[in-house]
Amino acid sequence: MKLALREMRRRPSRFVTATVILSLIAALLMLLGGLLDGLIRSSTGALRAQQAQAIVYSSTSQASLVRSRVDPDVRQAIEQIDGVTAVGGLGSAQLGARVPGNGPRDLADVALFGYELAPDGVPDPPADGQAYADEILKADGVTEGMTIQLGPARTPVEIVGFVKDTAYNGQGSLWASAATWRSVLLANRPDAQLADGVFQALIVQGDADIAGRIDEATGGATESLTVTEAVNAIPGVKEQQSTFNQIIGVTIVIALVVIALFFALLTVERSGMYGVLKALGARSGTLFGGVVVQAVVVTAIASVLAAALMVLLDALIPPGSIPLQITPVRIVLSAVLLLVAAIAGCLFSLRRVLRVDPASAIGTTV
Amino acid sequence: MNALELTDVRKVYTMGDDSEVVALDRASLTIGSDEIVALVGPSGSGKTTLCSIAGGILRATEGRVVVADEDISAYSEKELTRFRQRMVGFVFQSVNLVPFLTARENLLVVDELGQRRGKAAQQRADELLEELGLADRAKNLPSQLSGGQRQRVAIGRALMNDPKLVLFDEPTSALDTKLGEQVMDLIRTEMKRRGTAAIVVTHDERILHYCDRSVHITDGVLAA
Ligand SMILES: Nc1ncnc2c1ncn2[C@@H]1O[C@H](COP(=O)(O)OP(=O)(O)OP(=O)(O)O)[C@@H](O)[C@H]1O
Ligand SMILES: [Mg+2]
Repeated sequence: MKLALREMRRRPSRFVTATVILSLIAALLMLLGGLLDGLIRSSTGALRAQQAQAIVYSSTSQASLVRSRVDPDVRQAIEQIDGVTAVGGLGSAQLGARVPGNGPRDLADVALFGYELAPDGVPDPPADGQAYADEILKADGVTEGMTIQLGPARTPVEIVGFVKDTAYNGQGSLWASAATWRSVLLANRPDAQLADGVFQALIVQGDADIAGRIDEATGGATESLTVTEAVNAIPGVKEQQSTFNQIIGVTIVIALVVIALFFALLTVERSGMYGVLKALGARSGTLFGGVVVQAVVVTAIASVLAAALMVLLDALIPPGSIPLQITPVRIVLSAVLLLVAAIAGCLFSLRRVLRVDPASAIGTTV
Repeated sequence: MNALELTDVRKVYTMGDDSEVVALDRASLTIGSDEIVALVGPSGSGKTTLCSIAGGILRATEGRVVVADEDISAYSEKELTRFRQRMVGFVFQSVNLVPFLTARENLLVVDELGQRRGKAAQQRADELLEELGLADRAKNLPSQLSGGQRQRVAIGRALMNDPKLVLFDEPTSALDTKLGEQVMDLIRTEMKRRGTAAIVVTHDERILHYCDRSVHITDGVLAA
């Protein structure tokens, strides 16, 4: 191990190429992960923020807000259930918004929510005609106190404050009273208009296991999900996750191949030296341990470089422009995956290290 | 105690096409605890093979190999590795120092890969470098040393583990005559100072007088 580290210090140039390539791969890995996290975050914020033990959709909606309708009688039935402490309606509408100061065709995509029970980080519903805006809408020029116009009917809504991490479907959300949401819907989406008391979904607070009992009590008229289930059921979320994870998987395989090739070549090159060292009494395990140590060091340096690059990138990209989210968790996860790939890559050299014959060091035997 | 006892040792290499090469045939050889024996013979006669078997690098096909009262004939791969760490030193035909380690580190590598005695090993390395006239070269890389100096480092490396038997496979073949004689002189001095036994493989008749006696080998058969 000492020998392996010394080699790296004395001959850094031999390891530069591998380190650079791995740094790029590590950066790609972290970028992909960051994009996935950012996409998922901006798709799911509105539901993740819900303080609920169950989110209730109508049973035929496949957990899609736009398809779901929950009638007042269902709501009453749910409120009767033992263990339910609070029930609030939730409705959404995805619209283009005109922001003062922007060009007439430069619409900001927003998701307007009408709510009764405040999500995490969002105050209680504001007065009618007002809304809290997600801070990613700042990138579209939205400021506090401004009145923006929603949809083709240009329904005015005054922004009275900002909230964090509540985006939905990649759109900045607006949080307004149920009445505001209903009137916006009526003006802009007459076809999707809902009668008073009808919501797209219900936010239910109460016992942890309440979800199952709700569907029983409503006789199957509802589909109740935990927040996590509801987040995963948002159309596109699973698909995004599996697509990105496949690309991430392929990237890790590439890293593994790079490590395997690089150290296989080094091992071939060193077989003479390994022969001598074995003749002097070195065990194969010690020599292979040196290979692993070098792979781990190369990978660790590459990960640190890539992480630094990501932090820099994160600082350079204006907020709201692309959904890139750099988190320590993702960086550490990427580094750990790379380390595992590096160690697995080394295993391709193991056989060769084992096979080096100490007799090759002495005399004519090759 | 004898440094080496070979009794009826045979070594047969089996080639890919199932033909066999007998590299050593019923070789018996006893070397006393501080004897320096020259092993002389034409190319391909089995000199390297004999050294490799005596040093626990190769296993004999038949016969008994005892080094300093330790019978290694039936040793496994692992046991042979440990045996080499403790009991023997090698100086190879080509010099084979680790290129990115300094002279001193090339000696210490024996300890790092083997017994790990730490401080004691460092002290020993410094003593050896001093004795070998390399004290001022301790921090040099092999590429910064002359051929003779490199060979001296290799000798120091072979002595690091306080071996009972040192095997020199043509230690002077890469050196010119004068340097070769200097190195042989050094080998003799070092061996006699420690009372360590050695086999010195050579083609070179001029080297013989540095050894206590010589053994000839032809086609794998020993003759005194
Ligand atoms: N690994 C091997 N496989 C097959 N045959 C071998 C092997 N090693 C050596 N031999 C054969 O065994 C015989 C003895 O070889 P050895 O290397 O011991 O000779 P040597 O006396 O050291 O020769 P040189 O003076 O050229 O170094 C030779 O005929 C050689 O071809
Ligand atoms: Mg030879």
